[in-house]
Amino acid sequence: MSPLDADSPSPDTASGRTGPRSGRSRDIRIDLRLIADMVEPGSRVLDIGCGDGALLDYLTHGKGVDGRGIELSMEGVHRCVKQGLSVIQGDAETDLKDYPAGAFDYVILSQTLQAMRDPRAVLDHLVRIGRYAIVSFPNFGYWRIRLQLLLTGRMPVTERLGYQWWETPNIHFCTITDFVELCRDMGIRIERSMILNRVDRITGRGHGGLTNLMGEQGVFLLRRG
Amino acid sequence: MPASKPSVVDPADADNQPGHRVRLGVERPMRLDSGLELGPFTVAYQTYGTLNADRSNAVLICHALTGDHYVLDRHPVTGKPGWWEMLVGPGRPVDTDRYFVICSNVIGGCMGSTGPREIDPATGKPYGLSFPVITIADMVRAQKLLVEHLGIEQLFCVIGGSMGGMQVLQWAVSYPESVFCAVPIAAAPRHSAQNIAFHEVGRQAIMADPDWCGGDYLLAGTRPHRGLAVARMAAHITYLSEAALHRKFGRTLQNRAQLSYGFDADFQVESYLRHQGISFVERFDANSYLYITRAMDYFDLAADHGDVLANAFRHRGKATPVRFCLVSFSSDWLFPTTESRSVVHALNAVAANVSFVEIETDKGHDAFLLDEPEFHQVIHGFLEGCAEHRGLTARRRAPAA
Repeated sequence: MSPLDADSPSPDTASGRTGPRSGRSRDIRIDLRLIADMVEPGSRVLDIGCGDGALLDYLTHGKGVDGRGIELSMEGVHRCVKQGLSVIQGDAETDLKDYPAGAFDYVILSQTLQAMRDPRAVLDHLVRIGRYAIVSFPNFGYWRIRLQLLLTGRMPVTERLGYQWWETPNIHFCTITDFVELCRDMGIRIERSMILNRVDRITGRGHGGLTNLMGEQGVFLLRRG
Repeated sequence: MPASKPSVVDPADADNQPGHRVRLGVERPMRLDSGLELGPFTVAYQTYGTLNADRSNAVLICHALTGDHYVLDRHPVTGKPGWWEMLVGPGRPVDTDRYFVICSNVIGGCMGSTGPREIDPATGKPYGLSFPVITIADMVRAQKLLVEHLGIEQLFCVIGGSMGGMQVLQWAVSYPESVFCAVPIAAAPRHSAQNIAFHEVGRQAIMADPDWCGGDYLLAGTRPHRGLAVARMAAHITYLSEAALHRKFGRTLQNRAQLSYGFDADFQVESYLRHQGISFVERFDANSYLYITRAMDYFDLAADHGDVLANAFRHRGKATPVRFCLVSFSSDWLFPTTESRSVVHALNAVAANVSFVEIETDKGHDAFLLDEPEFHQVIHGFLEGCAEHRGLTARRRAPAA
């Protein structure tokens, strides 16, 4: 259960910031697939908020990576370790400081940045621990979200962001423009970016132009500048 | 147990008791942490399953404080089933159809390995307190000699709970290239002040028993049963949890309808503890209890590495090559989850390969010995994953006995 999967939000899953992601091995969600495509085969990968290990399993068996994971929910950790993945129970916001600089080739944070208490500090750790960081997040500047707020005057609830305001684990939404600006501010280089629309089609490579309006989520490959 | 024995077993160790014995440190005595030397000495051990052709499927089980090498055998003294039948055996997570399982009695112990109750060849009398103080690292040194004696260069896995988990950690630190994966369960990187305190209570109970005779009770023909039983009773409480004690006993009275207004075992929990104490003294040596609790007290992995635990897991300037799976139990207050987590953090600090799971249970520290399906599934999954990486793919059936 990622902070975005809210088809049937229960108190349990709503509070699990980085719960198990949906999806079975080898048949992974398109946004996870796009992340996987950014990873070089045989590299060292840390997947933060690895959920039930779908991406990690795909990377380990499909691309021969040396993969590790951190997962907050015990249920997710158990599912990962039971399938032989190297996953620890831990909290990204307290545990990332332990890792040495450059320990991994890629550090992945998928659909979780907006649920962090201190996204800026987490981003800083990502580009410190990994040679590359791969970050994906929902775009709050997406036109349907803008329109909902404009027309109804209420906090947007969409298919992907299915939580009511009082139950959402997503406490730090940003738009693609906001994110790009933060990266610039922190001296983080954006190596590649992909913007996905509602049906997970790539609407844009790069992050300029209308992507902030048309994209429902962004996937960014980052590097310390 | 129709386990086939490896070809490397000494033919001379036929005995009434199941298992094998080997003399080690014969050519060169073993140097102990204390600076003293021990040797030659005996290690009693048991094996299950078959060692494969390239000797890559060996699993070493490390037993806890009062455990022994009878993992699957009926205990020769108590007649009880093997202590880890829940986890180890054909088709179990530590699958004896697939792995060659070794478990040895620790040195300082009292089930066949050299310890304070054995005869000191120098004097012809039981060692008693003249037995050298041993450490967890010394126990592991002796196990390493045994593993070499069995012709095994690298263990596929070292696994154990409690004091066994301390040995697992020590193995990974002392011999990182001789261990493919390590599973320290309900363990800690050092013995806490509270745990040392509990051990001291136990030791004082033994030493306060007049039958202890300054440690020479074997010569005096007595046994400090009362002291050892009290030590066991106190320790046994620490292996359980408040919730488990309440669930099992509550305030239920033992074979009576009302309070006796005396000091009989009015409550079931008292009767239970007394039984634990009395049955323990039949199978355990009081001096061994002193020595082994001391070994646990002295355990501090970081101490030899500038008090930085992470440095213990560096090997040749890199992260330890050992793959770890740490397991803790939510209601264990003797070796709480925070202890396992401190090891995880140290392993993260060198970017080692580590899995870590806390199992939700009310059974306390003893949970690692009990029927905990979630725990067993985690161990199974971790070992499967490691076996794949080690190239131990096909599940082997043991040849018919």
